[in-house]
Amino acid sequence: MRIEEKGHVERVKARQAAAKAAAKREPLFDRIFKPETISISNGNTVDRPRSRTPLILAIFLAVVWIAIQATGFSLATIIERGSELGTILGQVLTPNWEFIPQRVIGPLVETVQMSIVGTLAGCIVGLPVAILASSNINHNKPTLLFFRFILSIIRSIPTLIYALILALIFSLGAFAGTVAIALFTLGIVAKMLYESIETIDMGPFEAMQSFGATTFEAFWSACMPQIMPIYLDSCLYCFELNVRASAILGYVGAGGLGVLISERTGLRRYHDVGAIVISLFLVVWIIDLISDYLRSKLQ
Amino acid sequence: MEDSLNMNPGQNILEALAAEPKNLWKRILIFAVVLAIAAWGATSVDFNGITQSGAKIAGSVINGIMHPNTELLFNLTTDGVPFLVLQTIAIAILGTIFGALLAIPISFLSATNIVPRPVAMIFRAIVLFIRTIPSLMWALIWIRVTGPGAFCGVVTQSICSIGMVSKMYVTAIENLDTGILESLDAAGCNTFEKIRVGVLPQLLASFISTAIYRFDINLKDATTLGIVGAGGIGSPLVQSISSAKYHNVGAFLWALIILVVIIEWLSTKIRTRLAHGRQ
Repeated sequence: MRIEEKGHVERVKARQAAAKAAAKREPLFDRIFKPETISISNGNTVDRPRSRTPLILAIFLAVVWIAIQATGFSLATIIERGSELGTILGQVLTPNWEFIPQRVIGPLVETVQMSIVGTLAGCIVGLPVAILASSNINHNKPTLLFFRFILSIIRSIPTLIYALILALIFSLGAFAGTVAIALFTLGIVAKMLYESIETIDMGPFEAMQSFGATTFEAFWSACMPQIMPIYLDSCLYCFELNVRASAILGYVGAGGLGVLISERTGLRRYHDVGAIVISLFLVVWIIDLISDYLRSKLQ
Repeated sequence: MEDSLNMNPGQNILEALAAEPKNLWKRILIFAVVLAIAAWGATSVDFNGITQSGAKIAGSVINGIMHPNTELLFNLTTDGVPFLVLQTIAIAILGTIFGALLAIPISFLSATNIVPRPVAMIFRAIVLFIRTIPSLMWALIWIRVTGPGAFCGVVTQSICSIGMVSKMYVTAIENLDTGILESLDAAGCNTFEKIRVGVLPQLLASFISTAIYRFDINLKDATTLGIVGAGGIGSPLVQSISSAKYHNVGAFLWALIILVVIIEWLSTKIRTRLAHGRQ
C-alpha cells in the first residue's frame, strides 16, 4: 500500500514535469495566446494554434511607421514634383549620340581597364587567402578565424568608401579605383571559394598523402582540379559585377566613367547622361556575353 | 626483378598519368592571353606613388579606426551613430517594401504565362532600363525631385529594387503549377478563392525570400547613397573623411561593419528557415 502510494506520487510528479516541459517547448506566442480547442464528433479534442498573422501584421506596420518617421517620407512631394522626374527621364531616354565618340569612349575604356586589373589582382590574392580560410585544409583554428574575420571586415565596407579613402592616399585617378575594386573582389572571391572548398572530396588528397606525397603535392594534384572550375567561375562573376561598380567609382574621384557622370549630372545635361547610360549598357552586355561563353567552356 | 616492378601497384597510376591529354601549350597560350589583357589594362592604371600627405592620411585613418570617437558612438541625438544607423536601416526597409510591392504588378505583367508575349516584352524592356542605370545615378536624378535627405534614399531604392526583385518574381510566377488552379476550378472555387489558396501559397515564400535578399543588398547600398546626399550613415561619413576628422570616420566605419555583419547573418538565417522550414 505504502509503496503503491509512493509510486503514485512519483508518477504524478513525473506527469507534472512532463506537462511543464511540454509547455516550455511551445513557442512563447502559444503560451500567451492559448490555442483554440476543437472537439471532434468522436469526442477527441484537437488544439489549433491561433493565427500569427495579426501579430506579424502589427509588428510590420509599427516598423514601417517608425521607418517613415526616421526618413521623413512624404508621398505629397512625389505627387507634387513627380513631373520633374518625368522631364529628366525623358531627356535620359533621348541620348545625345554625338557625345559618345566625343567624351564617353575614353573614360569607358579606362573603366574596363580598371576592372580588369582590379579583378585580376583581387582574384590572385583571393586564392591563397581562401585556402587558408577553409576549415578542411587549415586545421589551425586561430589563423582560420583570423582570416575569416579579416574577410568579413573587407566585405562589409562598401567599394565607394574604399575608393574615397584610397583617392586621398594615392591621389585622384584610376589607381585608387583599381585598388578599391581589388579589395572588393578579394572579399567576395575568397568567401565564395572557401565555402566551396569546404565541400570538395578530400578522399584523393588522403590517398595521395598515403602514397608519400607532400601536403603541397597532394593539394596541388588532388584538390586544385576540384577547386579550379569554381574559382574561375567566381572570378568571372566578380568581373561582371566590377564593370558595373567601377563605372560609378569616379564619382569620388577614383577614375573612369564616374567622373563624367558626376560632371554631367552636376551640369544637368541629361541628354549626355543618357549617352553614358547607353554606352555603359552596351559594354556590360558584351562583357556578360563573353563571360557566359567562357563559363560554358568551363563545364 | 623485372616482374616485381611490373607488379608494382603504382604502375597503373603512372599509365593513367601518361594517358592524360598533354595541354601544356594550351595552358601557355591562355596564360599569355590573360597576361596580354592585364598588360593592356595596366596602361591606364599607372601608379603615381603615394601623395605627399598620403602616408600620413593612411596612418590617421588606421589610428581613427583603432580609436573611434566613442562620444559619437553613444550620442543619442540625430547626429549620433545610433540614429544614423536606424535611419540607414529605415531607408533600406522602406526601399525594399515599396520596391517589392511595385515589382508585383510589373512582374505579373512581364510573365509570359499571364500576359501575351508582346506586352511581356515591353515590361521586360522597362525593367532592363531600370537595371541599367546604376543606383548612384538614380539617386542623383531623384535628388532633383525630393531634395537631399533620407527621403531621396527611400525613393531611389524603391526604384532600384524593382529591377532584381521583379526578375526573380517572374521566375517564380512562370514556374506556377497551373494544375492546382484547374482542380480548384473543378471544385467550384471563384477567382478570389483560387488566388487565395492556389496562387498565394505557391508564391509567398519565394517572394518574401527575394525581398529579404534584396533588403540585404539595399542596406549595403543605403550606406553608400549618402555620398551623393541621400541620407543614412554615408553622408556624415563622407563629411568626416573630407574634413579629416578621422576619429569620427573610425566610429562610423565600426558602426557600418557591425551593422552589415549582423544583417548578413540574420538574412542568411531567415532565408534558410524559409527554404527548409523550421528546424
